[in-house]
Amino acid sequence: MQWTDALQLTIIGLAQGSGYALVALGFVFIYRATEIVNFAHGELMMLGAFMVLTFAELWGLGFWMGAALGILTLGVAGYALDAAVMRRMIGESQSSVFILTVALGVMLKALAGMIWGYGPRNLTVPFQGTVEVGGLVIATSRIVVIAGTIVICAGLYLFLSRTKLGVAMQAASQNQLAAYYSRVPVKRLVSVIWAISAMVAATAGMLMAPVTQVSPEITAVGIKALAGAVVGGFGSIPGALLGCLLIGVAEPFLDYAYPPLQGVYAYAIMLLVLVVRPDGLIPQTFRKKV
Amino acid sequence: MSGVLLETRNLETYYGPIMAISGISLSVRTGSVVTVLGANGAGKTTLLKTVSGAVDCKKGQVIFDGVEVQNQQPDRVAARGIGHVPEGREVFPFMSVDENLSVGAWGRKDRDAVARDLKQVFAYFPDLRAKRDQMAGFLSGGQQQMLAIARAYMGRPKLMILDEPSLGLSPLLTQTIFGIVRRINRDEGVTILLVEQNAHAALQLADHGYVLETGRVVMEGTGAELTESEDIKEFYLGRAEAGVRGEKRWKKRKTWR
Repeated sequence: MQWTDALQLTIIGLAQGSGYALVALGFVFIYRATEIVNFAHGELMMLGAFMVLTFAELWGLGFWMGAALGILTLGVAGYALDAAVMRRMIGESQSSVFILTVALGVMLKALAGMIWGYGPRNLTVPFQGTVEVGGLVIATSRIVVIAGTIVICAGLYLFLSRTKLGVAMQAASQNQLAAYYSRVPVKRLVSVIWAISAMVAATAGMLMAPVTQVSPEITAVGIKALAGAVVGGFGSIPGALLGCLLIGVAEPFLDYAYPPLQGVYAYAIMLLVLVVRPDGLIPQTFRKKV
Repeated sequence: MSGVLLETRNLETYYGPIMAISGISLSVRTGSVVTVLGANGAGKTTLLKTVSGAVDCKKGQVIFDGVEVQNQQPDRVAARGIGHVPEGREVFPFMSVDENLSVGAWGRKDRDAVARDLKQVFAYFPDLRAKRDQMAGFLSGGQQQMLAIARAYMGRPKLMILDEPSLGLSPLLTQTIFGIVRRINRDEGVTILLVEQNAHAALQLADHGYVLETGRVVMEGTGAELTESEDIKEFYLGRAEAGVRGEKRWKKRKTWR
């Protein structure tokens, strides 16, 4: 393996990992605010990609309009999902919530198959083609994923730390009762968190479409993102980003080294980390109060 | 000045099948300090949670500022002017002191007044000013309690509810905090509803007091009356005069009901 190949694989891995990271962000946001692990998050991502496809190509609105409408639709869907379903599950046992989100995922996946078919579809994006940098040929779409992830993470960071609404969301995640007593409308904010998470996932699905195509099968990204979040230490945002990038970069190299196990490496890494460091790479400084 | 700000009528709250408070009626006059005393499990915290909407009641009414507020969402109740300082220093641990206080001022549009109140908070709690940028989770217990009170103050409540502010604090720190609570009451006219196990400190502060036992009001009176009461002296202030034989205590207990 030459160093150019290694560099190439690293960039592919970073792009892949960035995609996982965007989905993992949603997992972690929702988990921190509600202690619910939304196993249907990969399905929300898939649904987002399909909505963009529908608006952009089936309705012929063009990519940018389609992207905006598709992501917005998922925002509304995320908000509605929490307001109509998940909100009622607060206080129920972990296992019921687990089963509910898994079932939601199965239903969404089947629904997508019925509406859009099970085969992969192509989403035409304006960032197709390749760029050549010093002998390296890189697909533009990979660079767009990485750049998009950086922009979204920076935007979310600024939103959460600088705006009143963002700080209130943090407050609601850290101590729900105290947030209520401070007049913060916790329930509505949690729904907004679901909306943001779904929108970020939809963006991920759209940005990764040139690589993965759009099909009900891309929900597998959600499981890899979950693996990344676990590797990083579930509940920690920097941890999730790091874990996903790690898995993203390790995957192509391991696939290259020993192809028969292709696709399993993400989970192998997760198992390994869980055995060696059960709290993940960046555990939370101190446990959240229940 | 002398209207009733908060009134509960026959309040009953259950945890599943277990009745936590059974028919509590009390009233808090505007501008006064009212304390609720009682042992562990008497229902004090449940009473406060029911008042501020964190727990729903099964029967009875909570009337705040002339409006029935029982079983509303806690954020809506708080917006009417109740600042609840929960038991056990519930701060936002991963946020700075400043951010904690800014959440306390959530929903307020009067920026100038918020800035003034922030100044006032640091005047009351100089310890917090030095730690403005520190994460609240790393403050000492006393400072966290101060922060929780300060956060409630930032909401400009008409009624401040304090749930065992002295819990786990040194007697000296308890005195300091009670002194500040008194100033908030006197200088700013904030009505105070104070729940305590530390009856001595609470009765010094209170205009009026209630004693709860197993979810009922078993005694009420002015602060002075309660301080003078034999039962309170014996069971809460720890000044047993007539013998310490269990039998006698039991008999005295009986007279309460």
